[in-house]
Amino acid sequence: MPPPDPSRPSSLGTQSPSEDSPVTATANGITVAGVPTTQVPAPPPHEPETAEAAPVVAIEPGHAPGPEPVREAVFKIEKLSVSYGSAMAVRDVDLEIGRHEITALIGPSGCGKSTFIRCLNRMNDLIDNARVTGAVRYHGVDLYGRDVSPVEVRRRIGMVFQKPTPFPKSIFDNVAYGPRIGGTHRGLDDIVEQALRRAALWDEVKDRLKKSALGLSGGQQQRLCIARAIAVQPDVLLMDEPCSALDPIATARIEDLMQELKERFTIVIVTHNMQQAARASDRTAFFTTEVSETSDNRTGVLVESDVTERIFSNPSDERTENYITGRFG
Amino acid sequence: MSALDELTPPAEQDLAPAVDVRVRTVSRGRKVRNDLAIGGLYVAMIVAVIPLVAVIWTVVAKGLSGFSLGFLTNDLPHITNLTDAQIKALGLHISTKPAAGPAVVGTLLITAAASAMAIPLGVLGAVYLNEYGKQKPFARVVRFMSDVMVGVPSVVLGLFIYSVWVLRFGQSGLAGALALACLMLPIVIRTAEEMLRLVPDELRTSSAALGSRTWRTTCSVVLPAALPGIVSGAMLAVARAAGETAPVLFTVGVITATNASLSGPNTTLSLQIFSNAKSANPLANQIAWTAALTLICLVFVLTLLSRLISARFASKRS
Repeated sequence: MPPPDPSRPSSLGTQSPSEDSPVTATANGITVAGVPTTQVPAPPPHEPETAEAAPVVAIEPGHAPGPEPVREAVFKIEKLSVSYGSAMAVRDVDLEIGRHEITALIGPSGCGKSTFIRCLNRMNDLIDNARVTGAVRYHGVDLYGRDVSPVEVRRRIGMVFQKPTPFPKSIFDNVAYGPRIGGTHRGLDDIVEQALRRAALWDEVKDRLKKSALGLSGGQQQRLCIARAIAVQPDVLLMDEPCSALDPIATARIEDLMQELKERFTIVIVTHNMQQAARASDRTAFFTTEVSETSDNRTGVLVESDVTERIFSNPSDERTENYITGRFG
Repeated sequence: MSALDELTPPAEQDLAPAVDVRVRTVSRGRKVRNDLAIGGLYVAMIVAVIPLVAVIWTVVAKGLSGFSLGFLTNDLPHITNLTDAQIKALGLHISTKPAAGPAVVGTLLITAAASAMAIPLGVLGAVYLNEYGKQKPFARVVRFMSDVMVGVPSVVLGLFIYSVWVLRFGQSGLAGALALACLMLPIVIRTAEEMLRLVPDELRTSSAALGSRTWRTTCSVVLPAALPGIVSGAMLAVARAAGETAPVLFTVGVITATNASLSGPNTTLSLQIFSNAKSANPLANQIAWTAALTLICLVFVLTLLSRLISARFASKRS
């Protein structure tokens, strides 16, 4: 973990100039080892546990072929259940999400993937009757703990939604929005440029930063939303079906982008597209729906999670196999 | 390729078209009914336009002759039954030209004061209702009450201010502004809330996902997105208030010399029309007509302004 920085704005400022050249060049050019330490935002003063509990939480080595380095858990989810009113949407999910990995969440419609991913940055708080039980340990700290501010959580754990949602502002203001609410007002030009470069959008928009973001195409808007999310230097990027509204070309660009972003961020992606999960993710978690025997309630459960190759070649659960071979769902 | 070929019909020239489109297949009765319905629509449209045009025509025809720059600025003339020649013979120095300067000043002043009270309060109320209160019991009560308030006759609001303010502090421009603010407030709240509701929830969620608090999201994302609608709604409320008579009837009084302050009795164009139209004096009648014309122009300008603002924002966003 990095030495606790007293304030994020200053750490942003000192960090920007030393940062490597635009990501657009080659993904290989970025070294995983050097960068991450500067990436994780310092724990806020009112969350002292973060610093104490932060040290690497090792996960047992995966079953991947070949020696796998010890993974570092960003999230440890324990017995997570979510209900909307009396209906339980997701039940008893246990999952670990490793750092600098792309974790794909797949499963049929209504299996609770989106509900689950929204627990990882407390977006379910915004839904009136949603109730979350269990624990989401983020670097060891339960996000649903009493002292945790959802606003702080969301600054560290960004999110990109299914539909591109640019604000009706200029392209620049869209990307600068996050840093501005975080109190950064200096060096915004650099921050915006860097975020747009990382989102592989800079070359397309550099001449019209002051123009409205609503004039961009769907794929560009979605990359803008990614740029907007990474401009606040989050630790984790959650993507809830980010490509479902895009054409194959835009989808391919975003998948390439994910591979580049993975060097800096931990990515969790919900997708309906199994090829996408197979192509783009390191690990895959398969969710499915269980229909209650007594009532008609449908509840999402996690069936299994493993290295993506194994899920798609040799899943340990029959339901997973049925789903990925297209026999149901 | 082969599948496509099968779908394409053979291009044989001797095949006659199955239906000759030059032959009318629609029955005569149906055509007659169609023509009748269209004729009826035109008639209805013309009948609907008649009162509209008639009002504007009458006001312009009768009011225009009294209109001049002096009408907008000069104090009211003395209303006498003496002719110009008699006045001259008597050696009096009084104006007999129609003027309603005090009413113009009063209308602008009182409406501006009412807007300054009602618009900020109304927008904040709408922000509470749509962004914070939502379906909470208190918010529902407020929403219901402002719905009722929109429908309350304006004379009731005038009476209310009369009983709680005028009886204690006397008639004044401020009292009139308070009454008009009561009239505008529910209109502003309801239109602003509608406009806020039109802002897609995804924008709020996206903003929250960037670590923004609700007030920040409201100020930086929601309000700017809803601004054109809010502004045009507010303008319409202002236009409505500028022309109201009943709320100012008990609260403002009538004066003949300009009072450019909110304290002390004042007058408005609508009041001027109200008091002068009843008079048998032709000069008083002329003032009433020209005041009506001025008022229509004022409302027209405000409405146009609201349209322009929303159009400008709309084009800026796309």
